[in-house]
Amino acid sequence: MAILTVRNVNKRFGGLKALDDVNLEVQPGTVHAIIGPNGAGKSTLLNCFVGRLEPDTGVVDFDGVSLLGMKPHEINQAGVSRVFQTPEIFGDLTLVENVMLPAFARRDGAFRINGWRPVLSETGIRELAMEMLRDVGLADHAQTVASQLSRGDKRRLELAMCLVQEPKLLLLDEPTAGMARADTNNTIDLLKVIAGRGITMVVIEHDMHVVFSLADRVSVLAQGTVIAEDVPERIKGNQKVQDAYLGGAHL
Amino acid sequence: MIEKHSRRGDLLLLLGFALVVAFAPTIFEPIGGGYPDLLQKFAIYGIFAVGFNILFGLTGYLSFGHAAFLGVGSYTAVWSFKLLTMNVLPALVLATVMGGLFALFIGFIALRRSGIYFSILTLAFAQMSYNLAYSVLTPITNGETGLQLTHGDPRVLDALFGVQHGDGLPSTDLFGMSMSGWSGYYFCGVVLFAMFYVSLRIFRSPFGMMLRAVKSNQNRMNYTGINTRPYTLAAFVISGMYAGLAGGLMAVTDPLAGAERMQWTASGEVVLMTILGGTGTLLGPVLGAGVIKYFENIFSAFNEATLMDVFSFLPETLQHGAVAITGLFVGEGWHLTLGALFMLIVIFLPGGLMEGVNRIKALFRGGLRRGEVRRPATMTG
Ligand SMILES: Nc1ncnc2c1ncn2[C@@H]1O[C@H](COP(=O)(O)OP(=O)(O)OP(=O)(O)O)[C@@H](O)[C@H]1O
Ligand SMILES: [Mg+2]
Repeated sequence: MAILTVRNVNKRFGGLKALDDVNLEVQPGTVHAIIGPNGAGKSTLLNCFVGRLEPDTGVVDFDGVSLLGMKPHEINQAGVSRVFQTPEIFGDLTLVENVMLPAFARRDGAFRINGWRPVLSETGIRELAMEMLRDVGLADHAQTVASQLSRGDKRRLELAMCLVQEPKLLLLDEPTAGMARADTNNTIDLLKVIAGRGITMVVIEHDMHVVFSLADRVSVLAQGTVIAEDVPERIKGNQKVQDAYLGGAHL
Repeated sequence: MIEKHSRRGDLLLLLGFALVVAFAPTIFEPIGGGYPDLLQKFAIYGIFAVGFNILFGLTGYLSFGHAAFLGVGSYTAVWSFKLLTMNVLPALVLATVMGGLFALFIGFIALRRSGIYFSILTLAFAQMSYNLAYSVLTPITNGETGLQLTHGDPRVLDALFGVQHGDGLPSTDLFGMSMSGWSGYYFCGVVLFAMFYVSLRIFRSPFGMMLRAVKSNQNRMNYTGINTRPYTLAAFVISGMYAGLAGGLMAVTDPLAGAERMQWTASGEVVLMTILGGTGTLLGPVLGAGVIKYFENIFSAFNEATLMDVFSFLPETLQHGAVAITGLFVGEGWHLTLGALFMLIVIFLPGGLMEGVNRIKALFRGGLRRGEVRRPATMTG
């Protein structure tokens, strides 16, 4: 059974139909890529999964439960973590604190006044956070303030923050956008490792190199509609997809 | 700002704090501050600022209405003295609880907005309370005269336990210990220490980390499964309880409550104290409160005669010139000194007095150059 089911989702912004009857099924343990030209509605669709936007009509089910009407923090507590187009981290906190915080959110829930026991005594959570930092290659900088990191390292940190929550579904909006080539390659390698652990991912991506080295399935969005869905190899040859990308310059 | 901390460091900090509270009379003697009334003020405003810092320093929500909770605390305490007992314990407990309840109500509404809108909402609520205290609520606040003790007060608990108060108006006490003079200061000092300790625990806890994260990136918090509203509300209520307690202590030292305690200038003062000392640092607010209250009480008391004395080593014409210039900054002009000091600090030490302290510490340790105190070594990709 699909872990994420999107059925007949529509979303209008004034006169603009940003999403037009979108259907999508994501199977557990797979990497599902969503590609499409600028303004196709990719981010809009993703925002409908996390409670930032509410579709006008349609169904978004995660693990058998409707996500519609849920707040972002409730959706996260249900097991959906996301990374943003520009990494969103806690710039004033140290790296290890950045990763401990999501671990606390998993253990203690959306709100708990845990105001007496020092963070220093939370050795279990700290070790877990350090392990995640080691996984993404940032353990040496655990005590650095996060705002000091390079863009690529911020992305790694953000991934560590998501992974420590052991998400059932990880959403990524253009994880390599605006990155230097070396950072991009590093990030792809890391994403492959994460995929190898069997974590289900939905990736929005412009970079076809990224898509074809990661994805198990690809949905192509153009002007708010899914014009094709298939395995990466067959998407490359699809005529409709070629047309959508103006003669296939990208492919 | 991240403070590198360890258990040992915190223990030393607490020990140092306790020593300063204990020996304050001797420490402040040379600068003319070694008398109980002033030290008591340091302690009370220190508590107010430490609590304010839990909200503003950690979450970044800037309230311009905290004096309302101070006022509520004072009124509550005086009512407790009138109706229940002259013992300060019930008065302080009730003042803290009422401060918290008021904060719960105001915070619940004001925290629907953030940034400048939040500040304006808190300011509006505080001004509303101030005006209500003068008008509709006069039966509770006694309007412009202020709420005072009278001979006719029931004081049911005192009556019940047979506590005698003599002929004059009774004075506050803690099971017979007088709340004026040095015992009054030491009582406030112990409460300050306890409240400082609570603030330290909050700073070092996962809850404190959540509050710092609210300031850093609320969006990330929400997508990390955290409901930020109850966290900010909890911080608001805690700081309201601190303010209520401080207001209660004011009534302990002088059992009289007036609405002017709720005015916006009083709300602004605690903001100044916190920024001056160092927003988000543990000690900063206490330092800031001390400096401002020191200026208010000592500098304002300087007059021309004292200045003439100070400059008596100069030739007469120069002496008069020096007195004329410095005279602007003392007496009535102490606000000018404070304003100038505040500007200098904000410009040169944006982290407040605590940044200065940390820089000096770094200088002593050697090797560190200017500015590196707050910034750990940068790292590359
Ligand atoms: N909040 C909004 N209000 C109005 N219009 C919006 C809003 N968000 C998106 N749109 C419009 O909806 C369309 C789809 O936008 P969306 O951001 O989903 O595209 P995208 O596929 O993510 O594009 P890109 O590749 O540039 O990120 C665009 O035409 C955009 O201008
Ligand atoms: Mg987008």
